[in-house]
Amino acid sequence: MALLQATYRDAGAVTVLDLSGRITLGEGSALLRSTIRELLADQRVRILVNLGDINYIDSSGIGELVSAFTAVKNRGGELKLLHLTKKVRDLLQITKLYTVFDVHSDEVTALRSFDKTTV
Amino acid sequence: MADQKHLDVTLETQVESVNLAEEMCLRVAEAAGFDEDDCYRIGMSVREGVINAFHYGNQERPEKKIYLAVDLTPDKMVIHVLDEGKGFKLGDVPNPLAEENLLSTSGRGIFLMRSFMDEFDVVPGRTGGAEIIMSKKLPSANGQPSNDNDMGDHNAPPHQA
Repeated sequence: MALLQATYRDAGAVTVLDLSGRITLGEGSALLRSTIRELLADQRVRILVNLGDINYIDSSGIGELVSAFTAVKNRGGELKLLHLTKKVRDLLQITKLYTVFDVHSDEVTALRSFDKTTV
Repeated sequence: MADQKHLDVTLETQVESVNLAEEMCLRVAEAAGFDEDDCYRIGMSVREGVINAFHYGNQERPEKKIYLAVDLTPDKMVIHVLDEGKGFKLGDVPNPLAEENLLSTSGRGIFLMRSFMDEFDVVPGRTGGAEIIMSKKLPSANGQPSNDNDMGDHNAPPHQA
């Protein structure tokens, strides 16, 4: 099974975290957790998580996304989601998390939505 | 299918068992004729059941086992996941959709299994642990899926196994 791959890039004041593969119990969710921790340690608190290449997520993966959201928020930052696949979108909808996250289908619009006053 | 088929697997309490269980049940589901969407729902439910057994039931203790059983009857695929923990009551599981639980980092597995499967229950197992029993109706004889429980129908009450 494909593991998770995570890379990030700068888009102005926002860090775009590009994920591909599966966010599941074990290495996948652990990598997401450590990557978010690394970004926060680097004072990157405006994070756009690109899920366009995530073909599978389980409850552990959902838990890590929620954990990341809370961690960034507690640092005064914002974490948003981009390019949800149908399966991921459906999961977030049935777990009522779709309205918790700020979800975007276009990167330009997503980047503009970040609050430039966020510390 | 005219006859009943049965598969028993004993899994180690380790993360890799979640993937193994999912893969095995996906193969059975595909062979039984479930379409891609139902295979996904079955595979996800098996993952969540084994994750539950691994983390909550067996407390990630490697000396404990997880028992997976799959039955194919003429009308459904029935999956049992049994752990060696202390058991639990469904009624004690917090509702992950409640406002106060929405941002919990765990607790969605049971909800997902109930949403994806046609029948779901938890009973005391022969080991003293919890036994999850869940099933999905086989595709009907005319090739049309017999499951109307789409991913948005999560408010429908679960059937008792």
